[in-house]
Amino acid sequence: MADIAHVDGPTDEDGPVDDNHDNGHGDEHGGHGDHESTGTDNRKLGMWVFLSSEFMFFGALISNYLLFKGRDFTGFDRITLIYPIELYDIPFTSISSFVLLMSSLTMVLAHDALASGDQNRTRVWLAATGMLGMVFVGGQFFEFSEFIHEGMTISSNPAASAFYMLTGFHGAHVFIGILMLLSLWGISRRQGGLTEDQGLNLELVGLYWHFVDIIWIVIFTIVYLIP
Amino acid sequence: MATTTDARPVARTIFRRPAGHTGFWSWITTTDHKKIGIMYGYTAFVFFILGGLEALVLRIQLAVPENTFLSAAEYNAMFTMHGTTMIFLFVMPVSAAFFNYLLPLMIGARDVAFPRMNAVSFWIFFFGGVFLYTSFIFGTTGPPEGGFAAEVSRLGTAPNGGWFGYAPNSGAQFSTGTVLDYWSLGLQILGLASLISSVNFIVTVFNMRAKGMSLLRMPVFVWMTTVVAFLLLFSIPIIAVALFMITFDRQFGTLFFDAAAGGDPVLWQHLFWLFGHPEVYILILPAMGIVSEVLPTFSRKPLFGYPAVVFAGAAIGFMGFGVWAHHMFSSGVTPITQAAFGLSTMAIAIPTGIKIFNWLGTMWGGRITLNTPMLFSIGFVAMFVIGGLSGVTHAVVPADWQQTDTYYIVAHFHYVLFGGAIFGLFSGLYYWFPLLTGRMYNETLGKIHFWILMLGFNMTFAPMHWLGLNGMVRRTWVYANEAELAQWNMVVTVGAFIIAVGVAVFMANWMYSKRNGPKAGMDPWDARTLEWTIPGPTPNYNFGVNPVVTSLDDFWHKKYSEDSEGRPVRRPEADTLLAELEETGLNPPAPIHLPAPSYYPFMVGVAIPIMGYGVIYKDQAFGIPLALVGMLILVGSFAGWGVEPLELDEDHEEGDHA
Repeated sequence: MADIAHVDGPTDEDGPVDDNHDNGHGDEHGGHGDHESTGTDNRKLGMWVFLSSEFMFFGALISNYLLFKGRDFTGFDRITLIYPIELYDIPFTSISSFVLLMSSLTMVLAHDALASGDQNRTRVWLAATGMLGMVFVGGQFFEFSEFIHEGMTISSNPAASAFYMLTGFHGAHVFIGILMLLSLWGISRRQGGLTEDQGLNLELVGLYWHFVDIIWIVIFTIVYLIP
Repeated sequence: MATTTDARPVARTIFRRPAGHTGFWSWITTTDHKKIGIMYGYTAFVFFILGGLEALVLRIQLAVPENTFLSAAEYNAMFTMHGTTMIFLFVMPVSAAFFNYLLPLMIGARDVAFPRMNAVSFWIFFFGGVFLYTSFIFGTTGPPEGGFAAEVSRLGTAPNGGWFGYAPNSGAQFSTGTVLDYWSLGLQILGLASLISSVNFIVTVFNMRAKGMSLLRMPVFVWMTTVVAFLLLFSIPIIAVALFMITFDRQFGTLFFDAAAGGDPVLWQHLFWLFGHPEVYILILPAMGIVSEVLPTFSRKPLFGYPAVVFAGAAIGFMGFGVWAHHMFSSGVTPITQAAFGLSTMAIAIPTGIKIFNWLGTMWGGRITLNTPMLFSIGFVAMFVIGGLSGVTHAVVPADWQQTDTYYIVAHFHYVLFGGAIFGLFSGLYYWFPLLTGRMYNETLGKIHFWILMLGFNMTFAPMHWLGLNGMVRRTWVYANEAELAQWNMVVTVGAFIIAVGVAVFMANWMYSKRNGPKAGMDPWDARTLEWTIPGPTPNYNFGVNPVVTSLDDFWHKKYSEDSEGRPVRRPEADTLLAELEETGLNPPAPIHLPAPSYYPFMVGVAIPIMGYGVIYKDQAFGIPLALVGMLILVGSFAGWGVEPLELDEDHEEGDHA
């Protein structure tokens, strides 16, 4: 990707000249020449492998929620009879889901902008993606505080516990995604653009971001839409 | 690779970059897969000794009926820590030691795919283990709500809910002290280490193979490593969720496992064993891989049915996710579930049986050398068959109802995990000793070790079969005099001490031979895999020249051809080849780039347990600040890591004079 802007500057340790050395390719020190056996960069393959593990993580959380979702807790000790399903504000959550979906679009646009070498546009779309993510997390924060206000806490009953656990861990994933997006944005701002190597990082963050979105589609359907 | 440019400004980092290759700091900051492997090995061995001491304490208590050596509370802590240590802090990390050291060598690579992530895995494991053990010092055991408090010595202030930590016993209601927090957070930390290393190994296997090393030319050990990595990848997230749930139950008031509040304690068992059963294959498959390397070498025959062994290993991995409820036949799961899981459990014996027959087929008609690694491998096959057969009896549901929670189960899993996994691991330690140290171990001591261990092992665990069938219950600190179990229990205890003697012989041999053993020279076993094309001790760049592979057991075929009856005939050029390999191995013709050392993996490892303490003591004044400090170190380390290039410019000349 020679068309990605070469960043200059006297202290630029990540500049293009260095690309052969600092990009974490095993091959660079493995000295195998230029091939990975699969043709996919180590870090990209690593991200895919990691995400497959994340599917199991959310799979377990979702199963946990499904197990408790339909249960009637009447007659049990130490619980409050208030169920997540009674409190959902579907229009509100639909809008925040839409916001999160749109952030996948802006992520793709950021990637596309970098591929065509437009560093400014890349930064704009990176920031937009991060903003949309923040809107989503803000919406979740608002939703949680509403629910708590109406009396459903993490200790109300196992269904409520499972709801907060599942959506909370998803929110934490979005939050980590935002941190990664903002770091990329900050690096790009500081050095005037992303190098080819950092461009791969952008792709990795993109993979992660889309994954978090896909998981949300599943959660939104299973938790909010299906009665 | 050519050195690229002239002088450039040195990379800007927070600390001055560590650069040495020897001394204390070189170990703390290393990113070399071999050094990391060695650290895994030694750390795991220290935990092995701790776990072994715990076992001896248990056996002293059980040597005579109605003994008062330990209290019930202390006994609970001892058996919990024995199991947790042996599984998470010994067998898994010592397998990780083999993966780390050997995987890149066997596929012809200079390092793993992510050298710094590899160091992170180790340090998270190391401090996770330390964190778990600090429970002995800081932990508290509380009475169950409404129960009475008993006096507990420091021997008893360790996690005490069993390695399986069954809810609701491990929940906030019945374990009010902090020891179960140490357990749940400690396991979470150890799981994180395993998860990171599994990603690393998978990418290494798929991306870093030498030219010509197609998947079906990889040594079986590499295949088993791959299967284990996938098992970890898919099972660790499940235990992570379960451990988060129990942690939240204990710390933040969720009600997942609280039956009185409508929670579901059996859910814990499902989640735990959905991880726990793949886990037992995580423990045994590395040993199976080792045995599959040792048996062909010392039978001087290729592995019988290589593709069958590989596919059987993969099949075990897949099926391992479908048998978990056989740990729960007495938990009230439905009859249909019991029948289905009984059948799937029997079915998993098929791929296991395939492997056994392939190993026998490998030895059949071979020219067998009965040295120490070979003895341990044959011991593995024999003992594993016994353990496997008693395992199949658990698949028969009515029989399992009788066996469950008795010493019969204890006998079974020690036959597969000690007679199996640990025998296999010892075999590997002897087999690769020359590669690791460049020297030979003492063969006589090795054989003495084997026979003492064999005797002690069978004295310890064989009588447990009939003790269990005669009604001796697991996890109970005393048994009555009238139960007539005393005689065999004494035999078991004596056996346990004989095992300890065997391990002492091993340690003596190791420490002595490491310094004083005779030089091993190139390819001491006349072996078949790539790691033996390297002169021992392995140079830090591994291969002087990157290997190219043209077939399975490539190295062997370069040394041997076959006569008309299929017997190996040494090629005339074999000795020249070895001399050449030694020469290029010691003096690489071109400079070689290596990943530079880094402080950050170590700091990540330090940060995570600090956060763990913060969570445990969140209600005290120092809890939250502690968690924040941990988080700060973590974020700072990642930031420093992010701006730190993988290689040092000064490192270019690495290969020239090493």
